[in-house]
Amino acid sequence: MAQLTFREAIARGIAQEMRRDPAVVMLGEDVAAAGGVFKGTVGLLDEFGPQRVRDTPISEQAILGAAMGAAMTGLRPIAEIMFSDFFAVCWDIVVNEIAKSRYMTDGQVSFPLVIRSGNGGGLRFGAQHSQSVENWAMMIPGLKVVVPSSARDVIGLMAAAVRDPDPVVFLEAKALYPTKMDVPDGEIVDALGTARVLRSGDDATVLALGSMVPRTLAAAERLAGEGISVTVIDVRSLIPLDTATILREVARTGRLFTVEENPRVLGWGAEIAAVVTEEIFYDLDGPIVRITTPHIPLPAADALEDLAIPSVERIATTIAKALSD
Amino acid sequence: MTSTQTAGSTDLARQVAMYRAQVALRAFETRAYDLFLENLVKGTSHLSLGQEAIAAGVAAAMAPDDWTFATYRGHAHTLARGVPMTPVLAELLGRRNGLMRGKGGSMHLTSVSHGVMGSYAVIGSHLPIACGAAWSAQYRGTDQVAVCFFGDGTTNIGAFHEALNFAAIWRLPVVFVCENNLWMEYTRTSEVTAVAHPAADRASAYGLEPILVDGNDADAVYEVARTAIARARAGEGPSLIEAETYRHGGHSRADPGTYRPDDEVEAWLARDPLPMYRARLAASGVGEDELAALEAEVADEVEEATREARAGEQPGEDLLLADVWADGGSAWRN
Repeated sequence: MAQLTFREAIARGIAQEMRRDPAVVMLGEDVAAAGGVFKGTVGLLDEFGPQRVRDTPISEQAILGAAMGAAMTGLRPIAEIMFSDFFAVCWDIVVNEIAKSRYMTDGQVSFPLVIRSGNGGGLRFGAQHSQSVENWAMMIPGLKVVVPSSARDVIGLMAAAVRDPDPVVFLEAKALYPTKMDVPDGEIVDALGTARVLRSGDDATVLALGSMVPRTLAAAERLAGEGISVTVIDVRSLIPLDTATILREVARTGRLFTVEENPRVLGWGAEIAAVVTEEIFYDLDGPIVRITTPHIPLPAADALEDLAIPSVERIATTIAKALSD
Repeated sequence: MTSTQTAGSTDLARQVAMYRAQVALRAFETRAYDLFLENLVKGTSHLSLGQEAIAAGVAAAMAPDDWTFATYRGHAHTLARGVPMTPVLAELLGRRNGLMRGKGGSMHLTSVSHGVMGSYAVIGSHLPIACGAAWSAQYRGTDQVAVCFFGDGTTNIGAFHEALNFAAIWRLPVVFVCENNLWMEYTRTSEVTAVAHPAADRASAYGLEPILVDGNDADAVYEVARTAIARARAGEGPSLIEAETYRHGGHSRADPGTYRPDDEVEAWLARDPLPMYRARLAASGVGEDELAALEAEVADEVEEATREARAGEQPGEDLLLADVWADGGSAWRN
């Protein structure tokens, strides 16, 4: 057992896979010599050398295009896009090339690659370096989307993503980089498409993702003090989506809340709300409630950013009020 | 003396094969156009009529396991790597016996078993992808080379510049081939480009030699491609070739190309690569009988491909949800 930060877990997860498979290579801006701008790749250059851990120019299309071409010819690249907001400058490669090419070619090519990116707010970076873009990736046929919320999950889901034969967008909540937890020694391998029930209660089911998971757990603890018991599920994987676990818990508790950092319109909770109403409507005892960032670009000032992103306070009071109505 | 004669006859055999390739590309594209007129080819399609010498010349310089990355104007490059006509034509017709069983269409022809790693229809996007394949060859220590074709208009999009810089700094075994047919879609490229030669004049920005070649001369194309591919294979890095040519028709099936001045079109038709090359072979001693026999053989091949493509079944619902993922399916939830 070792205490690891979220950022240290990234390097450990990647190293675990690079030791296992020489086809795993890594590229991105400042990922090698500098160890990543968020220090998520520290030590990898020293261990694996400059042929496997490569710094690139500021060329996001080249980074992801190269990852795609390498993946279709036998490598398993891990590419970093420094801030997920920057997907906008290379989205063509992600959406039109990586996501569509397997289908268009009748399955002639596969893309076993991982695109890592720092996602979301909390660092007061302002609108162009803070957006939570998991819903962008979720709506694209052909992409798998994973969002870990703990150091242990970073390692296990990274292993699952690297070993998966399909392209995986791996979003790292920037706000979680300094968080610490005890992580078992040895190899950790998780599975994509599996949500995790973190806390079980009877009054409602609350779904959370990435940075919203620790806040939702804190809110659940506060609600318990008020006599409200909720199930908390860490969704972990948006595609594939573990609807079996979600539908089971929502049916059992009769209420559904989602806690989302992405802007409100067409956030991941909207899709899950639709699935729930289509499939288990009569198991619901009340409206589905989405607790999200408003539909705004994120402001920079700490006071404003804190108002925008769901807080423990907002999560707890929204749930308590909805359940008392 | 004997060795020279052997080399000479080998060269001539290759030249005859390159002529045959050009005849086949011309015949295929002509047939594809006829089938549009019959409304059998749906959607859009971009023909390489007039540009056959580039596809034939470069393909002749490639090794079997080298990779081709083509654009939406990719029928010629696909066929030039040895993909049979029937699956290509059937793909244009949206049939089950198509190269991708109807799931890709004219603009996305791919045949990995022939080294055709895809035809990409967003301008410039495949240049970085070709870099990635070249990186893979470099990393794994194979001697494969990626060859990436694109048009003149592509030289003004960001991905072109990202890819050229990337290939240069990593000394990747990739050869970029710009088919400069002078026109983007309806606009003359020179009217919207800061330099006269859209690719060659940019080469120095990436530390590369400018390479300008007559794209209507298959021998000239072959020579520059052979040199560039050899350099790439030897670990000497990328090359950027600009091959000047002209499309005989419009940009796509919907475009009659009437915006181009008549005298320009006539001047380029007078430089049609096929009759020029045929005359060269005849002057080199290839008999009329041999040339005529080869042309007749190609004509038969096109007829047979047309029959087989037209007879192909429509793709069925079993294909609709297949092959989004490597497990063969498209499930996004459990």
